[in-house]
Amino acid sequence: MGTAAVEHREWKVVPAFSKLATYAIVVIALCAIWQGYKWLWETAGWTWPFVVDDTTMPNIWDIFAAFGEPVTTGGPALIHPLLDAAWFTAKEAIAGFVLGAVIGFGIAVVLVHSRLLERGLLPYIVASQTVPILAIAPMVVIGLGSKGVEGWKAVAILAAYLTFFPVAINSLRGLQSADPRAFELMESYASSRWSVLWRLRVPASLPYLFTALKISATAAVIGAIIGETPASIQDGLGGAIVNFNQYYSLQPTFLWATNIVCAVLGLVLFGAVALAERLVLRRAPENFA
Amino acid sequence: MTGSAESVVSIQGLTKSFRAGVTALQDIDLEIEPGEFVSLIGPSGCGKSTLLRIIGDLVQPTAGTVSVNGKPAHQARIDHDYGIVFQDAVLYDWRTVQRNVALPLELLGWDRARRKERVREMLELVELTGFESSRPWQLSGGMQQRVSIARALSFDPALLLMDEPFGALDEMTRERLNMELLRIWEKSGSTVVFVTHSIPEAVFLSTRVVVMSARPGRIATTIEVDLPQPRGGETREDARFFELVTAVREALAAGHADGDSSGGRPATAEELF
Repeated sequence: MGTAAVEHREWKVVPAFSKLATYAIVVIALCAIWQGYKWLWETAGWTWPFVVDDTTMPNIWDIFAAFGEPVTTGGPALIHPLLDAAWFTAKEAIAGFVLGAVIGFGIAVVLVHSRLLERGLLPYIVASQTVPILAIAPMVVIGLGSKGVEGWKAVAILAAYLTFFPVAINSLRGLQSADPRAFELMESYASSRWSVLWRLRVPASLPYLFTALKISATAAVIGAIIGETPASIQDGLGGAIVNFNQYYSLQPTFLWATNIVCAVLGLVLFGAVALAERLVLRRAPENFA
Repeated sequence: MTGSAESVVSIQGLTKSFRAGVTALQDIDLEIEPGEFVSLIGPSGCGKSTLLRIIGDLVQPTAGTVSVNGKPAHQARIDHDYGIVFQDAVLYDWRTVQRNVALPLELLGWDRARRKERVREMLELVELTGFESSRPWQLSGGMQQRVSIARALSFDPALLLMDEPFGALDEMTRERLNMELLRIWEKSGSTVVFVTHSIPEAVFLSTRVVVMSARPGRIATTIEVDLPQPRGGETREDARFFELVTAVREALAAGHADGDSSGGRPATAEELF
């Protein structure tokens, strides 16, 4: 425990920019590996496992240059429609993430109070995740569409479908995670179930909840992107991926640029959750997941 | 039966069996008067921790009656008649020291100003003034246990139940906390039931040592500790102290022999934990 405390202090002393520098070095290294691989395979003429050329592996700088190229002749640079699409998808992902987190946590709170429900419902909650989202996406979007629900809201529900599961499972575990003695202590005070929930179970579950939220943040983005595809929603990143996929042999850099935007969106949501975790959880450094 | 009105704890004919047919406690009768410091000592598996939990209404007896402050143990728990300290401090990581001490006060619905004043008093009592805003994990084991004692006494319960509170601490810390506990006990005037398996600790702290034997758990004998109060470092060097330590040790050995002769039983549920 003592050593962990010392490490924690040293970690804090490390200035923010050196942390940023670490990230930058990793990104640069990855780009170097990409370019190095491309150069080696092209020079040696190797074709295994796939032929390397500017179509299969465009140069990194070409991919970044693509952000400034117009999508259609005389149209705006690629970055503008991509940012619009990213915002559209982010809206779906965030709405789905919040909805899924609330539902997931709610399910966990209900299940933790009833062994019977836990035994009865948990298998179905697990089973729900074995149904591929591609299969249910059209049903949800068309079904809700016929009720007058906008497309992006239907996609948000698909994102929630991917989000609630890790939140429910991890929160359930977290709500049960407190020391049995801590429950005895609450019992010695004759405290109500409600008090035990708010003063013990929920705070004890937060590290587990945040671990789940970090998984869910990226899952929500994936859910939104995949949800758009079978629903034929054109305004988001899913639509952009389908679109640029069709022109891949002509403009491979556009799809790669879109992938980068997708990744950045996932990272931003993940980072927001990680930041919230830091702000909310003030506990032993070794308990940070 | 006689003094149950004045007794803080009154136990009659208490038996506790577990489902597997293991009898953890059998025919326990015990009266604890106000202001007493009673230690329960015995080999592991004698049910001393179970007895403590039955007094606290955290475990239900199979037979017999338990009253605390002249009412059934269940009512006493609801009325917050006792505070409890476990072997581990059981502090909430997400709360500061002062909010840990204030936990029972919050549950009792005390307002903020009153809570704050009482927490200040309690931290002064356990000599942790200045650590109000520390996190439990920033404190040493001994300090954590002091916070836990402050929390148990914060709402001024008539009875303090302690389940091997210093068992996980090193010998020096344990001796220092023993002294502190005596000082706190004198100041607070509460009645203490203290589970331990350290003979010197039991003798040093108690006004009475209840020696238990195992399989099934029974009270083997009760030894009055007539060492003068207040006690201090010199108490441990008193010839009478050694006599009493020897007396408890012999009583434990006798109880143990009894337990063995009844023997060949499987381990009790408590031993398996």
